[in-house]
Amino acid sequence: MQKSLLLLSALVASLGMGVVTQAQAQAKEQFVPVLSYRTGPYAPNGTPWANGFVDYLKLVNSKGGINGVKIAYEECETGYDTARSVECYERLKSKNPSFVQTLSTGATFAITEKAPGDKIPVLTVGYGRSESADGAVFKWNFPIAGTYWVAADTIMQAIAKKEGGWDKLKGKKVALVYHDSPFGKEPIPLLQERARNHGFELQLLPVTPPGVEQKATWLQVRQAKPDYVVLWGWGVMNSTAIKEAQATGYAREKMYGVWWAGAEPDVKDVADGAKGYNAITIQHGAEPNSDIVKTMLTQIHAKGQGTGPKEEVGQVLYLRGVMSAMIGIEGIRSAQERFGKGKVVTGEQVRWGLENLNLTQAKLDALGFKGVMRPISTSCMDHMGAAWTRIHTWNGKAWEFTSDWMQADEQILKPLVKATADKYAAEKKLTRRTGADCQS
Amino acid sequence: MFYRENGQFKTSYQADQQIFPIMQDRWFIAALLLLAFVGVPFIASDYMFSAILIPFVIMAMAALGVNILVGYCGQISLGSGAFMAVGAYGAYNFFARIPGMPLIPTLILGGLCATVFGILFGLPSLRVRGLYLAVATLAAQFFADWMFLRIKWFTLDTPSGSVSVSNLQVFGMPIESDLSKYLFCLSLLCVVALLAKNLVRGAIGREWMAIRDMDVAAAVIGIRPMYAKLSAFAVSSFIIGMAGALWAFIYLGSWEPSAFSVDQSFRLLFMVIIGGMGSIMGGFLGAAFIVVLPIFLNQFLPVFAAWFGFVISTTVVSHTELMIFGALIVWFLIVEPHGLARLWAIGKQKMRVWPFPY
Repeated sequence: MQKSLLLLSALVASLGMGVVTQAQAQAKEQFVPVLSYRTGPYAPNGTPWANGFVDYLKLVNSKGGINGVKIAYEECETGYDTARSVECYERLKSKNPSFVQTLSTGATFAITEKAPGDKIPVLTVGYGRSESADGAVFKWNFPIAGTYWVAADTIMQAIAKKEGGWDKLKGKKVALVYHDSPFGKEPIPLLQERARNHGFELQLLPVTPPGVEQKATWLQVRQAKPDYVVLWGWGVMNSTAIKEAQATGYAREKMYGVWWAGAEPDVKDVADGAKGYNAITIQHGAEPNSDIVKTMLTQIHAKGQGTGPKEEVGQVLYLRGVMSAMIGIEGIRSAQERFGKGKVVTGEQVRWGLENLNLTQAKLDALGFKGVMRPISTSCMDHMGAAWTRIHTWNGKAWEFTSDWMQADEQILKPLVKATADKYAAEKKLTRRTGADCQS
Repeated sequence: MFYRENGQFKTSYQADQQIFPIMQDRWFIAALLLLAFVGVPFIASDYMFSAILIPFVIMAMAALGVNILVGYCGQISLGSGAFMAVGAYGAYNFFARIPGMPLIPTLILGGLCATVFGILFGLPSLRVRGLYLAVATLAAQFFADWMFLRIKWFTLDTPSGSVSVSNLQVFGMPIESDLSKYLFCLSLLCVVALLAKNLVRGAIGREWMAIRDMDVAAAVIGIRPMYAKLSAFAVSSFIIGMAGALWAFIYLGSWEPSAFSVDQSFRLLFMVIIGGMGSIMGGFLGAAFIVVLPIFLNQFLPVFAAWFGFVISTTVVSHTELMIFGALIVWFLIVEPHGLARLWAIGKQKMRVWPFPY
């Protein structure tokens, strides 16, 4: 038994060493933590996102960094698990991160409580808490380019348009098939509000994560025969849902997915079976012909620097990763413009940068996002910056846009954001930020 | 040679009945406590506190609770995650609904909620045993999952079903820094461990162990199985509930029911089995194994690979982590089925007889 005791003590001793070597921070480099998941039931969707994110950081470095400041990054595998994400956050916190991207709504909730104390902005491009668009309460959260409420609202707009106007929705049935987690529950308040206003019936059908077993849910769909199904899934849940819809005989044309349920991994296995399936997009879709994708292929992949397979460059989730990284990098750039070009900026300064982000069309075009994105401009009160979406539809081989640009209805969104943020502020005994605080 | 009780004579019953009858043990525990309370705060970094020590301390407390039920009373339970959830949400409801509710009573009330829940789901133990009981307690897990996902009242009607707490303080001292969180959890753990140790040494503990070893024989000598089994469920779920409340309040800060999923129940059961059933020490060792080892592997593997000039991706790391972890569990169970606590006891015996082993 002595051998095993020895081994145990050796393990404990080397634990200390491992932690020490990990903790050595890099100086003169802007650090970006990458919380990602390349394993587990969400890996098919998490991997292309992470590849895009990392590739963009590599691209920035290959162009000489941000005004000469190179980016250092480190990946940490979370497995889409909240406790593990928190551990990753704590691990990378000591390296002075510029911002943190959690890529999980559950983890966003946990990290939102920790980030203000650590002075690290939380950047959640297209996920996270919807009410955190209210910068006056959520000083450190940045759901830039869109929240789940934007997605839910524009999906309903698209459905209304298909029906021929909001008044035609009266008496219709809309079923929300959702991932039973904070992520899946986010759209419910907005859809309920819309249901009250327009008189359609909202049916809530939760799916237990990770969502490989959905027979019971789709039996309910079959019985209730809703006019539309809104799919709020992630990872393996999406392809399972589409397969079940196919098996149940539910028309894919009447299904609308959130932007996390509208990418290649979700429909590829089903291919023709998913034909006609719609999903909302957060500005971009699959853009294989855009400038940024061409640059990525020539600058990174052609040189053997690509993180993932070449084929996925330009796909939906890969581009989501690229876009998320770009917004973060532009936040750092805007912070540098105020606090000193060519300097390493702190998390607190990046917070200012993200809050005063002004991505004009000219800037986006120069970055290679021409036709991919629309301008985004954030402010102290509005941490979202833009609410543009489009619908794209799977034609059996590729995603193609089937709608024009849409914008979430402020009349619905604003009061809901304010009321929910106020409730949060009251719970946490926070006061809304005043004009003076916005200047700092 | 160093670890012998020779010459330590007990002259009173009190001295004979103390928790650590051997002087070396007393010194060792005193040194350990001193290290944990005074030494560790000087050497540990923020990361050590928030990612390793705090989860370890809280999970050790939960494992202690599970050990009372599984290790001492022999009632296999797969509902530990549910007891943690009830403790966490119970405490949350008291904390959020009653203005100015102090933290320690909140945690105790959370524990009491778990106690009631535990007794309720312990009732099947009066009729079924062993694996059948494990299945029956699994019902508690699914019931709790359902309850906190579907009954909006428990989560104060938050739209996403995720709840959070903040502004924690004890006697006016804020529990915000990692150090204060660690010390708070550690103090509670010490109190609970002392309580548990004394319970299992006393009449109640003996009843539990008698029931565990053979319940018919225990009933024959006058132990009431209902009382013994339900008291084990009550004490165990109280401790687990308090640990759940700490896990939610102190470690996560913001949580959803999936934080207390069936995975958590299995993890706790593994902690007890690997650490050593029927031993207070086992809970600590098991918690250290299950909480710290995956994190350690996750960080150590890239470093280890770097020594040999490899760069490995996070995917490989997390797969390897699972494989090594699984292999170690199997290895430990084969080599020492009585758990790490047994290894500890063997180590002590070796020290006793040291230069002249027989």
